[in-house]
Amino acid sequence: MALLAVNNLSVRFGGLLAIESLSLEVREGEVLSLIGPNGAGKTTAFNAISGYLRPTGGEVFFKDKNIVGRNTNDIAALGLVRTFQKTSVFPNRSALENILIGLHLTSKQSPFAIMLALPSVARDERLLAAEAERILDFVNLQNKKDELAGALPYGEQRLLEVAIALAAKPKLLLLDEPVSGMNPSETASFMAKLAEIRALGITILLVEHDMKMVMGVSDRVVCLSQGRIIANGTPAEIQSNPEVIRAYLGERHKRVVS
Amino acid sequence: MKAAFTIAGLVVLATLPWWLDNPYILHVLIVTGIFIIAAISLNLLLGYAGQLSLGHVAFFGIGAYASSLVSLGFDISLLTLKPKPVWMAMLAGIAAAGLCGWLIGRIAFKVRGAYFVIVSISFVEVVRLVAVNWVELTQGPMALNNIPPLSLLGISFLKKPSNYWLVLTVAVISYVLVKRLVQSKAGRAMVALAENEPLARSVGVDVTRTLVLATVVSAAMAGAAGALYAHYIRIVDPDVFLFIYTVTMVIMVVTGGKGTLAGPIIGGLIFGLLPEGLRAFSIKPEIQWIIYGVLMLAVVYFLPAGIVPALKRRLRWLS
Ligand SMILES: Nc1ncnc2c1ncn2[C@@H]1O[C@H](COP(=O)(O)OP(=O)(O)OP(=O)(O)O)[C@@H](O)[C@H]1O
Ligand SMILES: [Mg+2]
Repeated sequence: MALLAVNNLSVRFGGLLAIESLSLEVREGEVLSLIGPNGAGKTTAFNAISGYLRPTGGEVFFKDKNIVGRNTNDIAALGLVRTFQKTSVFPNRSALENILIGLHLTSKQSPFAIMLALPSVARDERLLAAEAERILDFVNLQNKKDELAGALPYGEQRLLEVAIALAAKPKLLLLDEPVSGMNPSETASFMAKLAEIRALGITILLVEHDMKMVMGVSDRVVCLSQGRIIANGTPAEIQSNPEVIRAYLGERHKRVVS
Repeated sequence: MKAAFTIAGLVVLATLPWWLDNPYILHVLIVTGIFIIAAISLNLLLGYAGQLSLGHVAFFGIGAYASSLVSLGFDISLLTLKPKPVWMAMLAGIAAAGLCGWLIGRIAFKVRGAYFVIVSISFVEVVRLVAVNWVELTQGPMALNNIPPLSLLGISFLKKPSNYWLVLTVAVISYVLVKRLVQSKAGRAMVALAENEPLARSVGVDVTRTLVLATVVSAAMAGAAGALYAHYIRIVDPDVFLFIYTVTMVIMVVTGGKGTLAGPIIGGLIFGLLPEGLRAFSIKPEIQWIIYGVLMLAVVYFLPAGIVPALKRRLRWLS
């Protein structure tokens, strides 16, 4: 069964058709990668799916509900959580507080209960703190819990971002270039982490430029170029697909010229 | 250690009227305390939720006017109201301010940043114009006079010591409420929005709800400060809406340390007591303002995060 079904999604920025009738399905339990040269529309697709921008046309079904037009926070509450291409943490808060914010949806505290300091609030806070520590453990940041997120090394900030998203208890996790800027050993350990995340029963839609990672972790790969799907298949099929090679070579060629 | 300091401080503050038998100083402390309550309320919005409201005095003024009017009663063409007990009037003032906070919170969701600043300034101006021009209700520039003092459980809050204790109590309550909020889910959501809104939304933080909660609590608290002010000074005119009062609150919060619990108290004490302190040394008003301004600039320049964060850093460094 498709956990996420995107039908004929289009996004237009003025004269630019950033995504042109994109259709794809993410099946429960799989890792699907979305690849494509710079400017292909991958991040735009994420933004449209997760409610950050309203698509010009098309539908997005998550758990069989059309989520187009819903607020991002409501989509997150349904279990669809995304991360960002550019490093995105709460920089002036400790790593632990970052996770506590990520646990927003788990937390059950009404404003009145908070202001009256009902015992249920203190109990909830203790549960949240324990849970946050567990999540930090999971990404091996337990010894950084009191450090400001903005002061962590780059690779650890990227891990923290994923941990924040995990705290929101996603059913489907959209990762936008999670290893960009990581060194090879960090990338390798992130790949192992991804397998653990998957083992938790979380379905993953991954955007990534690191082909070694894409080929290593994906069940299926969809290749996007100029807003359209040009190929779709297993990692092996994608690697040898002439259209894909042309799209990437063309991109590299353009870069050399400019 | 920290608890011992807090208790000692509270004991000193609570017993102050007994060993400081000076009505003038008590008056200064009462007015400063009222401003500190307003600063605490502004801090929730500005320091934690990250919304610069340059119209915060509107909530203060609405609390003052609503409470005064309900306690005095009024008789306008649409509606007549018999005078009500002052405690009830104060609750009405708090509710009226909170309601306006709800309205502004809904708008804040649509317009953020610079636009919110403009909306908040316009809001004060509109309310001030109503206060000036709706003479039938507000007496306009002639002011509402003879506002009754609070009397509750047989105690009349007419004298300075009782007013002092009242203000102290409300200040402590305000502090505790803000502390509880910011150390919980609600406050974390506010901070998250202020620091990284897209990320906050991605983990399920509802922008509207969070901002509305911040503005309602903040406005109601500022309204309480306004109500205290009205029944203490016992006269309210449209000048309560002057921009300078908002500026004073912002200065208190920013110099003390926005987004810290003690910030508005420290900033409020310094900038509330300073003018009176300078006057006591019979320094000319112009010089007073210069000292005030220079001190403010110095704090903002040398301690951009405010006094409290700087002190905390120093303490941590020492230990
Ligand atoms: N908010 C926007 N307004 C206008 N154009 C935009 C906007 N966001 C993206 N674009 C354009 O849409 C196209 C797709 O951009 P997008 O960021 O989705 O690409 P991408 O596949 O994520 O690329 P990269 O691999 O570099 O991250 C680009 O041409 C980009 O310039
Ligand atoms: Mg991108």
